[in-house]
Amino acid sequence: MSNQGKMDCGRRRLVVATAAVGGVGAVAALVPFVSSLLPSERAKAAGAPVEVDISKLEPGQMMTVEWRGKPVWIINRTKEMLDTLPKLADAVADPKSEKDQQPAYAKNDTRSVKPEIMVVVGICTHLGCSPSQKFKKGAEEGMPGDWLGGFLCPCHGSTFDFAGRVYKSKPAPTNLEVPPHVYLADTRILIGEDKKGA
Amino acid sequence: MAAGNFEKYKSDGSLAGNALEWVDARFPATAMWKGHLSEYYAPKNFNFWYFFGSLALLVLVIQIVTGIFLVMHYKPDAALNANGVPIAFASVEYIMRDVPGGWLIRYMHSTGASAFFIVVYLHMFRGLLYGSYRKPRELTWLFGVGIFLCLMGEAFFGYLLPWGQMSYWGAQVIVNLFSAIPIIGGDLSLIIRGDFVVGDATLNRFFSFHVIAFPLVLIGLVAAHVLALHETGSNNPDGVEIKANKDENGIPRDGIPFHPYYTVKDIVGVIVFLMVFSAVMFWAPEGGGYFLETPNFYPADPLKTPPHIAPVWYFTPFYSILRAVTYPLFGLDAKFWGVVAMGASVVIFAFLPWLDRSPVKSIRYRGPIYKTLLTIFVICFFILGYLGTLSPSPMGELISQICSVFYFGFFLAMPWWSRMDKFKPVPDRVTFK
Repeated sequence: MSNQGKMDCGRRRLVVATAAVGGVGAVAALVPFVSSLLPSERAKAAGAPVEVDISKLEPGQMMTVEWRGKPVWIINRTKEMLDTLPKLADAVADPKSEKDQQPAYAKNDTRSVKPEIMVVVGICTHLGCSPSQKFKKGAEEGMPGDWLGGFLCPCHGSTFDFAGRVYKSKPAPTNLEVPPHVYLADTRILIGEDKKGA
Repeated sequence: MAAGNFEKYKSDGSLAGNALEWVDARFPATAMWKGHLSEYYAPKNFNFWYFFGSLALLVLVIQIVTGIFLVMHYKPDAALNANGVPIAFASVEYIMRDVPGGWLIRYMHSTGASAFFIVVYLHMFRGLLYGSYRKPRELTWLFGVGIFLCLMGEAFFGYLLPWGQMSYWGAQVIVNLFSAIPIIGGDLSLIIRGDFVVGDATLNRFFSFHVIAFPLVLIGLVAAHVLALHETGSNNPDGVEIKANKDENGIPRDGIPFHPYYTVKDIVGVIVFLMVFSAVMFWAPEGGGYFLETPNFYPADPLKTPPHIAPVWYFTPFYSILRAVTYPLFGLDAKFWGVVAMGASVVIFAFLPWLDRSPVKSIRYRGPIYKTLLTIFVICFFILGYLGTLSPSPMGELISQICSVFYFGFFLAMPWWSRMDKFKPVPDRVTFK
């Protein structure tokens, strides 16, 4: 090595500059790969609203429809079911629905537009399981003796009342989400949009 | 032993000899053979516990070979076929019923997945018993932890592919775990899923990760694991460095060539292992509902969670730790801390080489403190594993919290208790009858 101990500063700067430009190029090359992992245009377009006919939904019954790949529950609550809600004000984590889990028109005591008809996304806010129906009072369906009816998430044990409000000290952080929805007629609901004919 | 230290092969004039000389002049064939097999000196006192390294390699080969053949028939497609069954689910049924020998190849692969974790857990336990992670083998251990993480990813991605109920909801839960991370969590889980719910995009990318990305990384890590091991030489049940005592030729006095001694010994292990493996594969491929879970015999239904969902058995200890965290802390909810605890419970193994401050490596020369704590640790691991398969209950929650505290205590307090023990004198040479 003839030039040992001497450094050609000009060349060194060129080496550093080349490495820097190469590094920027390598990072830029990541962009298409990372962006390809995002939801595709088709996936984004798939969120079309769903129209549901609830004329055959008897009091006390629940139906499930699919919206954006998620289950949406429509529950025709009986008076008895609605009567349990005020009793649970101290037992649930967010009794007045302060957290932003529903449109403004569902931020009320029953978390619904019409008191008896509950529309809610049936996905636990903890880790995304779909809770199961535990409509019967008491211990009949394996719930505690003072159970007033509602839903139990089978994955991590979160419990919800008939308005989808989560009980205190459960893994789920918030109430179940009420999707945007609007009544096109008395027994026809459009899920996924707020305005008629929009 | 670096490959360069071996002389190149000199032909004896035969055709085969000439061929080998020709190759050796162009590729370090002889050097690699000698350096890693015929002149790699392993301690002569290996016992039963030393089977699991080579068995892990065997299972890796089984998984790769069966995987190649499964991919020939499997279709990663969540769309419904004419019968209303998801194509991915139907293609697995097709493999099971219509592809000649398909059922056997698939059972080899599914049994292999559980076998992989059994073998790897025993291999890791061996490390705990004999202090295999201690200096100078820290890097071997770190590559091993990398292999374990990679294996967990591989198993998780693979479990979605049959597109059954447990595949679907298991993936839903695990991907949603990432959404617990503050600020970036929501976008991160969106990037992992590729859609707003687990769907076709998720299935396809998990397929890609399962058959290409992770196996490549896994093979690379396995090579690094073995190379690092062969650089330092193997530990042994006495935790004695055999390289500290070499004969006049520079060969460790307590070492024997890996080939033929340990290749032949390992074949015995392979035969016994394959007997057990075949018994499970032919008579109990579902492993009592632990290897293949019952809900996975139903196609994925995004509208209905099965009444009881649990991860496959090899994830349940860590899953229990996740569930054990039920308190919010520092303004972040319990879900986030559960994820942190679960991640930490796996990654904490990487810190073992620096947590253990005992003057001896092997359990043979360690005192009652280590023996007691290691026993409780293993019991806690089993209890956590068992609780993870059950539905959540207040009692289970309490027990899993106690076990989780012990689990972390075992590691985090190790720098103190590992020093306090009563130690026996370590011999200069390995004990060998």
